[in-house]
Parts: sequence; C-alpha cells; structure tokens
Amino acid sequence: MSDASRAEVCAVAVAEVFRGDGERLASAFGAVPTIGARLARLTFEPDLLMTDGVAFLRADVPPLGAEAGDDAVVEGWLPFRSVFDLLWNGRRHVVMTASQIDRYGNHNFACIGPHEKPRAQLLGMRGAPGNTLCHPTSYWVPNHSSKVFVEKVDVVSGVGYDRARALGPAGRFHEIRRVVSNLGVFDFATPDNRMRLASLHPGVSVDEVVEQTGFELAIDGDVPPTRLPEAEELRLVREVLDPRGARDREVVG
Amino acid sequence: MDKRTTEREAVGELRDGMTIGIGGWGSRRKPMSVVREILRSDLKDLTLVSYGGPDAGLLCKAGKVRRIIYGFVSLDSIPLEPHFRAVRQAGAVEAVELDEGMLQWGLYAAALRLPFLPTRAGLGSDVMTVNADWLRTVRSPYDDGEELVAVPAIELDAAFVHMNRADARGNAQFLGPDPYFDDLYCLAAKRRFVSCERLVETGDLLKGGSAHTLKLNRSMVDGVIEAPGGAHFTECPPDYGRDEAFQKEYAATAKDPDAWERFFETWLTLDSEADYQRRLKERA
Repeated sequence: MSDASRAEVCAVAVAEVFRGDGERLASAFGAVPTIGARLARLTFEPDLLMTDGVAFLRADVPPLGAEAGDDAVVEGWLPFRSVFDLLWNGRRHVVMTASQIDRYGNHNFACIGPHEKPRAQLLGMRGAPGNTLCHPTSYWVPNHSSKVFVEKVDVVSGVGYDRARALGPAGRFHEIRRVVSNLGVFDFATPDNRMRLASLHPGVSVDEVVEQTGFELAIDGDVPPTRLPEAEELRLVREVLDPRGARDREVVG
Repeated sequence: MDKRTTEREAVGELRDGMTIGIGGWGSRRKPMSVVREILRSDLKDLTLVSYGGPDAGLLCKAGKVRRIIYGFVSLDSIPLEPHFRAVRQAGAVEAVELDEGMLQWGLYAAALRLPFLPTRAGLGSDVMTVNADWLRTVRSPYDDGEELVAVPAIELDAAFVHMNRADARGNAQFLGPDPYFDDLYCLAAKRRFVSCERLVETGDLLKGGSAHTLKLNRSMVDGVIEAPGGAHFTECPPDYGRDEAFQKEYAATAKDPDAWERFFETWLTLDSEADYQRRLKERA
C-alpha cells in the first residue's frame, strides 16, 4: 500500500500525460502540473524541454519556486517573440488550468458570465485558442465539481473536439490528451471524443465522480485505478521537486 | 538628428480617440512615466493596444480608454490585474480580447503594411464570436483550401516603449532577458517614442551589451525620453526589479475606493515625473 497523498497521485498522473512526447516543450501551470512535468523529465521523458518561466530554456531541473535561479543551466533562449513560432510549429504540450470544461473538452479560463460584461473577469483568452489548435493540450482541475465540469462553458477559450472537428483541415493538429483532476484522470477515447473516465484516484468512487460532474461522462466497464507513485517517484517529488510541500496545499487529502 | 523630448511633449501630441500601443509585457518594462503623463492629461476615448499590465489597469480605471485590444492583463506576481477586472466587470470598456499570438500577428501585419496575416489561432474558439465585428476569415488560394483567421493589421497612431539605454538619435537597447514586442509596436505606429533608463553616447551603446541587444534603430523612433526609473513599479532588469511592495499596495486599492483615492492623490496627481521620482525616494 502506497502512502502517497492525493496530490502526489495527481502529480504522477500529470507526468504520465507527457509520456512519449520526446523533444517537446513541456509547459505546466500550477504546482501539481509543474511537479508532474519535471517528474516526467527526471524519469521516463528525459528529452522534454522546459523554460525558467522568463525567457530561457533550462537544461537542469529546479525545485518548485526556483525556476529563475541564478544557478540555472541555460540551454536556449525563448523570448516571447519566439514563443508563438514554437507553439504554432507544434513542438509543445501544455497543461493549462480550467475554470470550466465541457464533455468535448471545450475550455474556459477567460471569464465567467457574458463576455461583454462578465461577472468575473479571469485570465482572458491568453494563448488557449492557438494552443489547442496547434499542439497537444491537457488540463488540470484541482477542485473537481459540477461548477467546473459543466454542460456548457460560458466562453470557449480552448477549443474542444466537436468544434475542432467542425473546422475540417484547420483542426488537424488538435489534440486534448487528458484531463487530470483531484478525483481521477479523463480522456477522449470514445467514438465521438466525448470525455471518458479513464482512471480513479485511490479512495474515489465512480459515484462520487458522476455526482461532481455536470454532464454525462463516458464510463466503460470497471474503471481502473490511477497508477500509484513508485518509491523513486515519491522520493523525487518529496525531496527534490517540492520539499516545501506546495502540492498538498493545491490538493487536499 | 537630436530626438530628445519629454513625456509632456510626447503625450501632448496625442488626441482623444487615438489608438496607442504600449510596449513591454504584463508588469515588465512598461513605459510607466508616459502612462503617468497620460493620467495627468485630459485625454479620453483612447484605444489601447497592450500585452497588458498596470498600464492597462491604470488607464482603464482612470477612464482614459474606450476600447482595449489585448490578450490578457496581468501583474505577473499578481496573476489578475484587479483594477482591470473591476472595469471589465462594470462593462466600462469595449474589450477586443484576442489570443496572445493573434495580437503579435496584428502588430506584425501593421508593421509590414499588410492588411492582415493568416493564422489558425482563434478558429473554433469564442475569440471569433466575441470579436465577430472585427475578425474575418480567409481561404487559402492554394490547393489545401484551408480556412484561416485573417488577423487585421493593428495600426497605431502612437507607440510608447521603455528601454534600458538609448542614444539621442533613437537607437535603443534592451539589456534584460526579453525584447518583448517593442520593435513591432514601433513599426506599427505613425509616431514612435522610446523612454529609457539612461541616455548614452552612440559609441557607448555596446559597452552595455552585445549588438544583439540593439533592438530599435533610429529609423523606428521619433522621440527619445530620458526617464530613469520610468518603468516603476514594473520591472526593468538589469537596472531594477519590480517594486513588489508598491505593486501590492496598488493592487489592494481595487477593493477600497478610499484607498484608491489616497493612492491616486499621493502618486498620480503630482505635477511631473520628477516629483513622482522624488516622492518615491522619500518613501524608501
């Protein structure tokens, strides 16, 4: 029996979304996604590229919070003027946060309420429209609820499968790899790319996920458990990547 | 040609309703001394084009802006700009909210004097619906026939950017990690102003950094403003970092009209940038 916390299970689930990516820029927002991306880099995806959060590609892997440290081993320069070249070229996989997401992976972190006069202005469109059409995207939801997993998002910032399909050839680089929440892992491996419950974190039931989701999930047969962290992964997370325990403040339990 | 000028003269050229671009990114290397001068002016109904930071928050909050063209407005260490949020939530500005890459493309199209540049970014998202009166698509004339977004040129009446060094002729240098899009703002604008931390002799420019840091040449600049501390409270490395304490105080005033009133009185009603810098020194 693993003594991994829920946040540590989530970090490994995020690491898994990068499996097979090779020499791609791995971008992640939030504590758990950042730990997950770095864990993948330190274990099974050593060729991933990462930035220092400013303008440089870092060859070494810093702990959380030390991204732009003076001791960085710089392997490249990626100012904002070059960022969209790389993104639209496709060699990136981003894990973005989602304020709302629907069954086809349409995503919103721009605002809540009508766009002309929102109840809450959030991040704005940022790069989500281009990201989702140009390179693989995954999502991180630390607070799985029917307020986040909704029937219809207020504003589409990141493009989902139904809308991407309707674009024809312009949608051919679209891929939403996975959604990782504090309850489980979700993918779109269904005939019409509706969101599917791919695995459950330890201690979470199918009923709980269904209850906390505002649309009908695809659920086929017995849902497998999310892979538990291995001993070496737990050591890396606890001692190397996040010694201060930021992960357990982002996800409780 | 000696292009030295002042914030007051440069802002004095602006007229109500103009479209102005402000360089930098978020709370990084923003021409804040110029923003403060605009706040001192009677200007109104501006269209602001910005990778937005406190420039957007302050100008929108102070009622200078009718329309803003942006991808985000952030203070970096404070992810959401609270004054901008309040203005948006009051429906007090017209918002042309784009994908960040589309904004680059619109400035680049204007810089190249093209009507538009094509991209996939935006297709399928609500960028296309919330900006339906502004954005159109275009079909590739080649065999692929792909339909793409035609991001219209974002032509600027005036551009303001802040650099670390410049000479009096308008050659300008960034010494921090990122040039952002400052050259595109200048190329996209009819009138181009660079403020700088320090004016130097042309022959001394390369003492500060390699030739690669000379991002603006003098053909791209009409006026040079020496403004030490001019990016405050945003960061301007290597000259100085962000004044996080000041930024925090600024952000906190969004929750409290009285605090905003006091902040505005203290910092933004001063007669000149020199007074602002003097008061900052007294504060320290």
